[in-house]
Amino acid sequence: MSSNKKYWKSVEELNKNSSIVETLRNNEFVEAIPTDEFLGNQSTLAASSTTRRDFLKYVGFSTAAASLVACEGPVIKSIPYVVQPEQIIPGIADFYATSMFDGFDFANLLVKTREGRPIKIENNTLSGAKFSANARVHASILSLYDSLRLKEPKMDGKTASWESVNAKVKSSLADAKAQGKQVVLLTNTLASPSTEKLVGEFLTANPSAKHVIYDTVSSSAALDAFQTAYGERGLVDYDFSKAETIVGIGADFLGDWQGGNYDTGYAKGRIPKNGKMSKHFQFEANMTLSGAAADKRVPMTVAQQKLALVHIYNVVAGGNVAVSLDKKFEAEVNKAAQQLKASGSKGLLVSGIEDKNAQLLVLAINSALNSDAFIGAGIRQIRKGSNEVMTQFLADLKGGAVHTLIMSGVNPAYSLPNAKEFVESLKKVNLSVAVSLKEDETASVSKIAIGTTHYLESWNDLVLTKGTYALTQPTINPLFKQTKQFQELLLDWTGNSASYYDYLRLNSASYTAGSSWNKVVHDGVLAIAGATVGTAVFDFVSAASSLSQSVAQKGLELILYTKTGLGDGQQANNPWLQEFPDPITRVSWDNYITISKADAEAKELVNYNVADGGLNGSYVTLTVDGAKLENVPVIIQPGQAIGTIGLAFGYGKKAALKEEMQVGVNAYALYKSFNNVQSVTIEKTAGDHEFACVQLQKTLMGRGDIIKETTLEIFNTVDAKEWNIQPMVSLDHNPVKAVEVDLWTSFDRSVGHHFNLSVDLNACTGCGACVIACHAENNVPVVGKSEVRRSRDMHWLRIDRYYSSETTFEGDNNKKNNFDGLFGDKGSLGGFGEMELASENPQVAFQPVMCQHCNHAPCETVCPVAATSHSRQGQNHMAYNRCVGTRYCANNCPYKVRRFNWFLYSKNNEFDYHMNDDLGRMVLNPDVNVRSRGVMEKCSMCIQMTQKTILDAKREGRVIKDGEFQTACSAACTSGAMIFGDINDKESKVAQSLENDRMYHLLEHVGTKPNVQYHVKVRNT
Amino acid sequence: MSSHYEAPIRKPLVIGDKSYHDITVDVAAPVEGRANKQWWIVFSIALIAFLWGLGCIIYTISTGIGTWGLNKTVGWAWDITNFVWWVGIGHAGTLISAVLLLFRQKWRMAINRSAEAMTIFSVVQAGLFPIIHMGRPWLAYWVLPIPNQFGSLWVNFNSPLLWDVFAISTYLSVSLVFWWTGLLPDFAMLRDRAITPFTKRVYSILSFGWSGRAKDWQRFEEVSLVLAGLATPLVLSVHTIVSFDFATSVIPGWHTTIFPPYFVAGAVFSGFAMVNTLLIIMRKVSNLEAYITLQHIELMNIVIMITGSIVGVAYITELFVAWYSGVEYEQYAFLNRATGPYWWAYWSMMTCNVFSPQFMWFKKLRTSIMFSFVISIVVNIGMWFERFVIIVTSLHRDYLPSSWTMFSPTFVDIGIFIGTIGFFFVLFLLYARTFPVIAQAEVKTILKSSGENYKKLREENKHSHHE
Repeated sequence: MSSNKKYWKSVEELNKNSSIVETLRNNEFVEAIPTDEFLGNQSTLAASSTTRRDFLKYVGFSTAAASLVACEGPVIKSIPYVVQPEQIIPGIADFYATSMFDGFDFANLLVKTREGRPIKIENNTLSGAKFSANARVHASILSLYDSLRLKEPKMDGKTASWESVNAKVKSSLADAKAQGKQVVLLTNTLASPSTEKLVGEFLTANPSAKHVIYDTVSSSAALDAFQTAYGERGLVDYDFSKAETIVGIGADFLGDWQGGNYDTGYAKGRIPKNGKMSKHFQFEANMTLSGAAADKRVPMTVAQQKLALVHIYNVVAGGNVAVSLDKKFEAEVNKAAQQLKASGSKGLLVSGIEDKNAQLLVLAINSALNSDAFIGAGIRQIRKGSNEVMTQFLADLKGGAVHTLIMSGVNPAYSLPNAKEFVESLKKVNLSVAVSLKEDETASVSKIAIGTTHYLESWNDLVLTKGTYALTQPTINPLFKQTKQFQELLLDWTGNSASYYDYLRLNSASYTAGSSWNKVVHDGVLAIAGATVGTAVFDFVSAASSLSQSVAQKGLELILYTKTGLGDGQQANNPWLQEFPDPITRVSWDNYITISKADAEAKELVNYNVADGGLNGSYVTLTVDGAKLENVPVIIQPGQAIGTIGLAFGYGKKAALKEEMQVGVNAYALYKSFNNVQSVTIEKTAGDHEFACVQLQKTLMGRGDIIKETTLEIFNTVDAKEWNIQPMVSLDHNPVKAVEVDLWTSFDRSVGHHFNLSVDLNACTGCGACVIACHAENNVPVVGKSEVRRSRDMHWLRIDRYYSSETTFEGDNNKKNNFDGLFGDKGSLGGFGEMELASENPQVAFQPVMCQHCNHAPCETVCPVAATSHSRQGQNHMAYNRCVGTRYCANNCPYKVRRFNWFLYSKNNEFDYHMNDDLGRMVLNPDVNVRSRGVMEKCSMCIQMTQKTILDAKREGRVIKDGEFQTACSAACTSGAMIFGDINDKESKVAQSLENDRMYHLLEHVGTKPNVQYHVKVRNT
Repeated sequence: MSSHYEAPIRKPLVIGDKSYHDITVDVAAPVEGRANKQWWIVFSIALIAFLWGLGCIIYTISTGIGTWGLNKTVGWAWDITNFVWWVGIGHAGTLISAVLLLFRQKWRMAINRSAEAMTIFSVVQAGLFPIIHMGRPWLAYWVLPIPNQFGSLWVNFNSPLLWDVFAISTYLSVSLVFWWTGLLPDFAMLRDRAITPFTKRVYSILSFGWSGRAKDWQRFEEVSLVLAGLATPLVLSVHTIVSFDFATSVIPGWHTTIFPPYFVAGAVFSGFAMVNTLLIIMRKVSNLEAYITLQHIELMNIVIMITGSIVGVAYITELFVAWYSGVEYEQYAFLNRATGPYWWAYWSMMTCNVFSPQFMWFKKLRTSIMFSFVISIVVNIGMWFERFVIIVTSLHRDYLPSSWTMFSPTFVDIGIFIGTIGFFFVLFLLYARTFPVIAQAEVKTILKSSGENYKKLREENKHSHHE
C-alpha cells in the first residue's frame, strides 16, 4: 500500500534548483560527523584499554543498573523542610528550659528536642531550679505523643467547631449571669500567677462564678493546719539536707507526700561525711520508699501513729497530754522523740496523717525544735484544694445549684469516691465543659469536651514554691491544631482578645523585674522575693489532746497511697509507667492490696509462683462503708503493719486508654471524704490473679557481698578492710586479692577516657527516675504485662530491692555463716529455705543494676560472632547488627543484665505500645537503634552521649570538664547516687570515688573487673 | 579380616546354621521385601511427629524465640538440652565402629552399621538446635569463618560455641564417610541381587562402582583402619567440646573442670542405651536374632553399667567439690539442684542414670531382653534430665537473687523436641528398609571363626582328632 502523498520539508523544495535541497539529498547529515577524528587514530584506539568486550560489559551493566533503578525500593517518607528553620540543624539537639506542673507532679526541666521533636526530659541544673523530675515527669514526654489525646473540641460527643463551642459557653455564661445562677470553675491547683489572675478576671466578669480547686489526692489537712497557723494555704518546702534527725510518721516524703521532691535534700544527709550522717526514724503502716530508707522503721497503724505523734509532741514541745500509746511501741517512739529533742534545730519531724490536728502538731514540734529544715523553708503552692470547699461544691452540684460547670485538669468522674453520683448530678447542670488532655471519664460525660495542650506545647508561669518564678515554654507546636490551652479559652470567654503568651508576658513583668523576659525564658527559673516559714505561734494543746483521743477504727485500716509509677493516674496510658516495676513490690502493670503476712494467713490469702515463675495472688473484696471494690489482688508485703492494708490510686481507668493499659482497680472509689485512711473489711474471693512481678526472690539469701553493709559506728571506728572485705584467693600458697590474679593481659588504659559509673547505695532511694530516663534515652521497648510476667522485662537498668530474712541483713549473713552441716537446726538445707522468706519487718536495700561493663567481660568471650566486645573507653559494646541471638552472653553474665528481643517489639500489633504507633514513635531517640527481634541488647553506658561529649570538645578544641560526661541515669539521678565520669581524669568525682573506702565492685570474686562501682551502704543504727 | 582361630569358650557371634548365602539373604530381606503393617504404623506416627515439629520450627522462625518458654535469666533450656542429648546419643556409633575396630572387638560387626546410622541421624537432630535456637537463624552462616564483604568481621575463636560448630561438623562428616565406606560392599551386594533396573541403578550409584576385586577389599580395609584412627579422637573430642560450652563459663554449676570426661562418659552411656533400644526392636522385626544375639545385648549392658557408674561418680564428685571449694555460690548451686524447685529433675536424673544401671550387675537382668529394653529407655530419659538439670537449674538461680526465676516449656518447646524424635525415627525407619542394616560383608568374615555351626564343627573335629 504505497502512498502518493508528498511530504514537504521546507519552502526551499519549491525552488527546483535549490542548492540547499541538493545538498540535503546528497548528505544525510548536514554537518560532517567526526568519525575520522574518533576512529581514525589507530594508535589511540590500540592503546585504549576499553576493548569491545569491555564495552559490551559496560552496556550490559548500565542496562541492568538502569532497570534495577526502575524497581521500587522500600519507600521511607522523610519530608524535608519547605523553609529550613534557622535554629534547627538536623542531627543536633536543642534544649529548652521549662517547668511543669500538672496538679500533681512538678519540676524544673530542660527539654531535649531533635529536629523539632521533644524527645527527652532532663533536669534543669541552674541554681534556682529546685525541683527535679521524678519517674513520672521523665515519662511525661511520652504522654505528649499519646495517640488517644483529645484532638478537637466535641459537643455531645460529636466533633464541633470552635465557633459553636465558644458560642455555647458564652451564652451559658451570659445566661447564668442574667439569672444569677452559679458558675463553677473546677480546676486543679494552678500555682500559676498569670492563670490565677486570669481566673480572677473571669470571676469578676461572672459575678456568680466561683473557683473550686480540686486536688485529686488531697493534702487538705496539712493545708488547713498551715492556714490555721500562718493564715495562708501552703505546704512547707522542708529542706531535708539540714536535718540530722528525721522522724517520719506516716509520711512518704521520698514518695509523693505533699508533692514529694524531697529526696535530693534527704540524700545529701545520708552520705556519711566527717563521720556523720542523718538518722532517720520512720513510723508507718505501708512499706514506703521512706520506710525502706530509714535507719529504724517501726510498722504501726495510723491510729497508733497519731498517738506516737502526741507522745513526741509531749517530749519535744514539753506538752503533757495524756496519751495511751501501745506498750510495744513506747520504747522506739520514746527513743525517736529523745533523739529528735536532743538534735534541736537539726531535727525534723514530718507526718502524712490526714488529720488537721496531727498536722498542727507537726508545725508545733518543728517550731519547738526551731528546726533549720523548717524555719525559713519555702512555702509550696502546689496544693491548694480544700476538702470542705469540694464537699460543698459536690452538694451544690447534687442539689442542682450549679448552672455552668467548667473543668480543667481534673477528672472527677474517675477520681471522686462517688463518681457515679457526680455523673448523675452532671445531668442537672445547664452546661458542663471539660478541658482535658484526653477524652477521659469526665470529658466523655460532659456536654462539651475540649482538648487542651500538653505542657510541652504550652506557655505558662509557675510559682511552685514562694521565692521562685518559673516559666513553662512550648517545645513544639501543638501536635493537634484543634487543641487549645485552658488559659486561651478563659481569655476568649472573658472577651479578651490577647493571646495567652502576650497576657503572660505582660503579667510576668512584675516578676521578672531586674532580669529580662528572654533570660527567664532561657533559664526557665528566676529567684524572686517570697515569704518563708516562720515559727508557728498557736495554742497546740487542744489539737494534741483531741488527737490523743482518737480511737482505733474497727476492722482493718486501709491506707490509700500513690505508687511511684502511676501517681494519681493522669498518665495511665503511658506504657513506660505501666511497665515500671514498683520500687517496693517490683510489680508492674497492676495495683493490689498490700497486706501483712499475719493478716494474710488469717484470711487464707496467698502469693505463690507458678511453673514459669509468674507470681499469682488471691483476690479479695474490699468493703468500705458500703462501697465495695471487687476482685482486688493481694500482695503479701513484708513490713506492712498488722491490721492495715495498702492500696494505690491511679489504676482501674477505662476511658481513653489502650486496652493493655486498662489494668488494676479504681481505689478512688474508696476515698471517702478524701481521707486516705479508711476502715475496711476484706473478704477472700475465688480465683487467682496473675501478676507481672519482675523479682521473684525477695531476699538476699545472706549474700552480703552483693550489697555490702555496715553501721555508722563501725564505719567510723574500724578499718575499711573489716567492713569492705576484699575477696582473697591463694596464689603460690600466699593469700592475694582475687582481683589481682589475672590470666589476661589488659588493654593499655592510660590514654584517652576510661568511663566509670559510681552507684552510692547510701544515696539511692529507689525512686526509679533513672529507669524511665534510660527507657527514654535508649528506646527500650515496652513488652507488656504477659511478657513481664514471663520474666522478659526489657529494662536495661533495674533497681533490685532486697528484704532481709532476719530482722537485719547482718543477721542473714551471720545465719548463713553459722550453717553447720546439711541437716538439723543449723543445717543449710532448711536454713536456705528459711532465708527465702522475708522478715515480718525487714531491712530493705536498693541496688540499681545495669551492665557492669566488665573489663574482663564473660559475655565477650563466648559470643561466636564477636557481636559484643570491649572498647578502650571501658564500655562493653553490643553490635546489634552482628548479633545472631545465641543468648550465650546473657547466660554467662553473672549480673543478668542482658535483655533479649524475644519478639519484634516495634511496629507489631501484638505489642501495641508507643513503638507500634506513628505518633508514639516520635519519642524515639534518633541516636539509638530500635532493635529488631532475635537480638541481644543491654546498657551501653549511653555511648551516644559520651561520644557526643567527646566530639563537641574536640571540635571546640578543649579539655572535657568533669561532669560533662553523663549517662541518662546519672543525669536523672538528683540524689547523688549515680555519678558518671572518666577515671583517667584523676580530679574527677568518679575517679575519687574509685579511691573511696566504701567502693566495691559487684561480685568482685568472679574476676570480671567491672567499670561500675558500688559504695558500701552505711546504716545509722 | 582373617577368620582366624577363636577360643571355643567364646560364645558364637552368629547363631544357627548360617552359610554365607544365608547371611546375604537375611540382610537383604528387609530391603527386598515389602514393608509390613507395623512399619507403616510406626512410620506414620514418626512422620506426624516430624511434621508437627517442623510446624513448630517454622512458627519459631517466623515469630521469634519468644514462642519458647525462655526468659531473661534462663536463656537456654530445652533447645540446648536437646542439642546435647542428641549429640550424646550420637556418640555410640563412632565408639562402636572405630574404637572397637581398633581393639578388634568382633562383636561390633553385627551392630556397627545401625549404631553409626543412629549416630548420623542423631547428629542431624542435634545440629538443628544450634541453628534454630538463634534469634536470627537466617544469619547462622555468620558463625562460619567465611571470608566476607562485611568489613573486618570474623568469628570469635574464643567462643566455645564456635568450637562446637567445628566439632559437630567434623564429627558429622567423618562419621558419614566412615559409615559410607563400610556400606560400599553391602550396597554392591544389594545391587547384584537387584531385579529391577531402577533398584540396580540406585544401588550401583550408592556402591560407588564396587567391583569386589581383591584390590577393592584391600583398599577398603586400609581406609577403614585409617578412618577408625581419625574417628577415635573425635569420640573424645566432640563431647569434650560440647562440655566446654558450660565448663568455660562463669556460672556456678557450669564452671566445672570435671565436665569433659563426665560428658564423654555420659554420651557413651546414652548412646549405648539408644543402640540397645533400637536393636532390640530391629533384631525382632527384621528377623536378625541370629546376628544380634543376646550376647551383644549383654555386652552393651555391661558398657551401660560401667559408663553409668562413671557418670554417678561424676555427680558425686561435683557435690563433693562444691562442698570442698568453700565457694558459697557453688555450694548453693548444688544444694539448689538437689533440693530446690527442680529437685524432681535432679532426682529423676539420679534414679535413671545412677541407680537403674546398677541392676546390670545381675546376669539374669542384663540378659533379659525386656529388662534391657526398659533400662535403655530409662537411661535416655535420665540423660535428658541430666542436661536439663545442668542447664536450667544452674541458670535459674545464679549469682544475684533478684534475677532468679523459673522456666516452663511451651507447646513449641515440646513440639520441637518431639519433632526431632519423629525426624530421627523417620530417618531410621527409612534406613531400615533401604540399607543393609548389618555389615554383612564383615559378618561373613567372622562366620567361620565365630559362627555357631562352625565352632561346633571345629569342636567336633578336634574331638575326633584326639580320639
